[in-house]
Amino acid sequence: MQISVPELSLILLVGPAGSGKSTFARTHFGKYEVVSSDTCRGVVSNDENAQSATPDAFDLLNFIVRKRLKQGLLTVVDATNVQSESRKSLIKIAKEFHVLPAAIVLNMPEEVCAERNRQRPDRNFGRHVLRHQLTQLKRSLRGLKREGFRKIYVLDTPDEVAAVTRIQRDKLYNDKKSVHGPFDIIGDIHGCYDETHELLEKLGYEIRVAPERKEYFGLEVSHPAGRQAIFLGDLVDRGPNSPDVLRLVMSMIKDGVAWCVPGNHDLKLQRKLNGKKVTVNHGLAETLEQLEGESSRFRDDVRDFLYSLVSHYVFDDGQLVVAHAGLREDMQGRGSGAVRAFCTYGETTGEIDEFGLPVRHNWAAEYRGKAKVVYGHTPVPEAEWLNRTIDIDTGCVFGGKLTALRYPEEELVSVPARQIYCEPVRPLNPAPSALSAQQEYDDLLDISDVTGKRIVQTRLRNNLTIREENSIAALEVMSRFAVNPKWLIYLPPTMSPCETSDLPDYLEHPNEAIAYYQSKGVNNIVCEEKHMGSRAVIVVCRDESVAARRFGITNEGPGVVYTRTGRNFFTDSVLEKAFLDRVTAALTKSGFWDKLDTDWVCLDTELMPWSAKAQSLIQEQYAAVGAAASHALPAVNEALRKTMARGVEGMDSVMEKFTYKEAAVDRYTVAYCNYCWEVNSIDDYRLAPFHVLATEGAVHVDKSHEWHMQTIGDMATGDEILFRATPYRIVDTADAAQVQAAVDWWLALTAAGGEGMVVKPYDFVAYGKGGLLQPAVKCRGREYLRIIYGPEYDLPEHLSRLKKRGLGKKRSLALREFALGIEALERCIRREPLRRIHESVFGVLALESEAVDPRL
Amino acid sequence: MLLTISTTYQPATDLGFLLHKHPDRFQTINLSIGQAHAFYPESSPERTTVALLLDMDPIDMVRNGRSDGNQGFSLGQYVNDRPYVGSSFLSVALAKAFSTALNGTCHKRPELVDQPLPLKATLSVVSAPAGGEALLRKWFEPLGYTMDITPHALDATHPEWGMSSYYTVTMDGVVTLQALLAHLYVLIPALDRDKHYYVSEGEVAKLLAKGDGWLEQHPAREEITRRYLLGFRSLTKQVWSEWEGAEEAADVARKEKAAAPSLHDRRLQAVLSALLASGAESVLDLGCGEGKLLRLLLKERQFRRIEGMDVSYGELTKAMDRLHYEDLPPRQRERLKLWQGALTYRDERMHGFDAAAVVEVIEHLDENRLQAFERVVFGSARPATVVLTTPNADYNALFEKMEADTMRHTDHRFEWSREEFRAWTERITSEYAYQVSIEPIGPIDDTYGSPSQMAIFTHAD
Repeated sequence: MQISVPELSLILLVGPAGSGKSTFARTHFGKYEVVSSDTCRGVVSNDENAQSATPDAFDLLNFIVRKRLKQGLLTVVDATNVQSESRKSLIKIAKEFHVLPAAIVLNMPEEVCAERNRQRPDRNFGRHVLRHQLTQLKRSLRGLKREGFRKIYVLDTPDEVAAVTRIQRDKLYNDKKSVHGPFDIIGDIHGCYDETHELLEKLGYEIRVAPERKEYFGLEVSHPAGRQAIFLGDLVDRGPNSPDVLRLVMSMIKDGVAWCVPGNHDLKLQRKLNGKKVTVNHGLAETLEQLEGESSRFRDDVRDFLYSLVSHYVFDDGQLVVAHAGLREDMQGRGSGAVRAFCTYGETTGEIDEFGLPVRHNWAAEYRGKAKVVYGHTPVPEAEWLNRTIDIDTGCVFGGKLTALRYPEEELVSVPARQIYCEPVRPLNPAPSALSAQQEYDDLLDISDVTGKRIVQTRLRNNLTIREENSIAALEVMSRFAVNPKWLIYLPPTMSPCETSDLPDYLEHPNEAIAYYQSKGVNNIVCEEKHMGSRAVIVVCRDESVAARRFGITNEGPGVVYTRTGRNFFTDSVLEKAFLDRVTAALTKSGFWDKLDTDWVCLDTELMPWSAKAQSLIQEQYAAVGAAASHALPAVNEALRKTMARGVEGMDSVMEKFTYKEAAVDRYTVAYCNYCWEVNSIDDYRLAPFHVLATEGAVHVDKSHEWHMQTIGDMATGDEILFRATPYRIVDTADAAQVQAAVDWWLALTAAGGEGMVVKPYDFVAYGKGGLLQPAVKCRGREYLRIIYGPEYDLPEHLSRLKKRGLGKKRSLALREFALGIEALERCIRREPLRRIHESVFGVLALESEAVDPRL
Repeated sequence: MLLTISTTYQPATDLGFLLHKHPDRFQTINLSIGQAHAFYPESSPERTTVALLLDMDPIDMVRNGRSDGNQGFSLGQYVNDRPYVGSSFLSVALAKAFSTALNGTCHKRPELVDQPLPLKATLSVVSAPAGGEALLRKWFEPLGYTMDITPHALDATHPEWGMSSYYTVTMDGVVTLQALLAHLYVLIPALDRDKHYYVSEGEVAKLLAKGDGWLEQHPAREEITRRYLLGFRSLTKQVWSEWEGAEEAADVARKEKAAAPSLHDRRLQAVLSALLASGAESVLDLGCGEGKLLRLLLKERQFRRIEGMDVSYGELTKAMDRLHYEDLPPRQRERLKLWQGALTYRDERMHGFDAAAVVEVIEHLDENRLQAFERVVFGSARPATVVLTTPNADYNALFEKMEADTMRHTDHRFEWSREEFRAWTERITSEYAYQVSIEPIGPIDDTYGSPSQMAIFTHAD
């Protein structure tokens, strides 16, 4: 004998003590699928039979059941379940999670149960208890269907139990995860046959009249590329030709080229055709009149077809959900009356608006699901994405248009209505706002999207965990200091230095940077001069109207310049505007916009001089130390010299050390002064971009660094005063001469006061042995490092200790931040909701609060 | 860092006996961070000079993480002024290298211990932030020294950066060597306003011992004490009571407390009255900081539910501490909750309160982020009453020390005039269907109004 239950169901085993429930459960279900009241009693009291523990045990049991159903897991309750009250509470839980309840009743003879109980010494309750349970069971049997069980199996003897060979798990009707499309999803038709015909042809469907195909309603529809149409319901009512629409849709479904979910109008028509009493309004009269001219056979076909429709479908491995009125995440792929109602009617608040229509709850605004939801039901002037949902009912019957969404292309295709077939009750005005629905919604981020422990999924490095203490630290920085989150589409990763050099006089040397990539199997690397200024990310649009359209930002100028922690780079907004104007002028002049077919860009840059941003740090720390040292050390050395001149012995090493210190302080002062100059106007700034991170429709991490350098070189021709093209060289790591030339280049650069260089793999995203590689490592010059490790760091006694440094944590951080930053950009380019972009940049900021040696 | 002490007392070589250091030897003393060297650049009967050189190990300083005292830049950085300036390190070195002299003992020339000698001390260099040359004179001249002070520029190649807080200082006087060393021991770290170790009660004893006989009479003794003890009030109080007797010290403290209530206290009282008058039973303090308003709210039985939100976890921890949250009786603790949140993110935890207080908070938000704040508080959380305060920029004209076009606090992103505040509140009322009344806080000036302004928003739904 075979028992079948829905794949996702809550199964109650019903039977008195000793009826064999636990054995049955063990035989047919998985270890974790069975939740037993005895076990729960044991968990809360150390005694499986402690009746006093029953209330707590059932609290626990219900809790476990809820958690499992929430996760979408089939669950079996192993308890007597002979009382209707105990079943009722479980059915209520099933409903709450939109899971179908099923009952398997073990209605064993009293003697069988009694004998089994006798064999178990721990079950010493009297025969009367058993008898009472049996009575309750018998009383229950007839009412089970009415209680709401979808499947009921009653097994009356041990033989029948033994005859159950397996329990078949049926897929839900809505589960079409294995169907991947491509699809053309079509919004509410309402009897607009001509527009439907035109739209299907526009989408490439071939519609042939085929009188011989009677059971296909005389039609043959196909798509040369094998695409399938999905009709979102409300095929009928209000419009001029519902019968032909039905014919077309039914034919396509029968041929396997279409799917259809029911709308509220379709279901009402179905009830009417089924002889139920319904109020004939909202355009139903027209449909009935049109159907008058059809055969009764056709009307029956329509009735059966409408009855067969499934409330919603889940396609493409769960990535696409279609339903007439949309569907909340917790209802997707589930089955209950509430799910069906939501799919067809949506969610209403119970209020009535000024046009007498029910006010709809904006479930899409709260949607956080992973699946994209395509729906109709509420006519809108334009189909727009909001939180991965899109309403494509563009009110054809009201004189709007009929719209299709091509999936997975996500391209909208529509045809205009040929006339207004019906005056809408609520006017179908275009939205007055300059911002899209998503942009308006994005004006407010929710704290629950950033706080606590978070796991962010990234393309480059899978799941990244952000620890709670890091989120705590980042929240303050983000909310108090960062720019408008709509601008904040990227934060740069930290960069690790190369491994420590084993040459006696060097802490860092290019050999190790090159060797790192070489050892990972990277043959081509790019060495770029490292500029010493301040990191600046620039997001800039061609003009303010682009800022409003693309980023939903108004009255904040055409762009923004922000630091590596997301703060405004410029404190003076007039200066920022002037700076951005110079940048856009350069981009226009160099033909950048056209070449990359974009009207905005996100640039990763170094903005010089260092002193422009770091003036107070330089004065309070770097210059201060220089001032103190350069006035203390000459006096020290004079005193030492005088003492030595007196013939005092044993002071040679001290003398030598302080002589060196005095010289080192001078070199230190020279080093930091290299990066300081006065800024009186924009002409005094130097901007060195090094990554063209993103433009409309593209994150340029699929390009090589050579492409980035060349594109930036072209860009720099647009303003040769402000822009500085970065000198770079491409090196074949296997060619010793090229490697040596790169080292010599570094020596020359750093001798002339340069900070050093950055070594990158030729490709922006490089994988090697052990996975994702460091996107870049820096190699800093000997003189520059005085600013980092102190003026006299290269005294042998200091250097030998400084060389003991660990890079592991820094490198791990760099990789995670890199993955998060790129993820943010990719989400931005995919036009995902702001919270998804924000989550990634927030992650970068959170990781930055990890304690890592700041000198690395 | 170098200290030299010269004398022209005849025979000047007696300085070696006084210091218990042989003039022809280069001596090295080990310290916790590095070493000190004592040596004589000059040694003749006419004139003898001793030098004390601090030779600190900056790597050790950072790596051993001796940054538990002050969080400033001083110890956690390799690029650090500590090795080059006079500071608490000098005091430690003095006490170790010249301990006998500092304690006033000398076996070979005991008669010289209490004899004022012509002494000249040079420090290269001294750090004297917040005071500089004037402070040096104010502290050393009353002790009988003639001062020669050379200020140093931050960077000679960048004159536009101005002067540093470092000075080469020479002090000339006829004093006992012990007094000179004690003066330096106390005054140098006090000038520097930093300590390389954790300041605790032991510091009070050190100060009293080394200041014995001169500090109590010093006209700047309060300032010296405060700076030496890094401003820790509990410690300075111990010093006062040592000098004045416990009763008088308590008197001073009482007087301080009884002075007119501060502007902030008045502001909190005004907010409290407004909240009480609103009839609210649940109150959310947005930007509660260290919990001063929460403390007042807790005392009022009208408020059954009190929650404080702040974006800074550090402030919240402080608030927990100040309110003795962990030690509150269970009933009290149930009324109070503190949590981290931000004013620019929608937050369900903000919902369901009768009233919200937003005291001196909005001016810490960038003006372009205010819209998010408005939507969070007035649009989403929507308490029936919102009591909000912010400075009145008009009143700044009356602050004599304030320069034009500056703000009261470096983190203020804006300060509104009365007119700007009124315009903003009116926009809020029309956009979010609230009503508003504005009240002044603090003394009222006919022309410029009051220092702080308060808006009480209410809605009728």
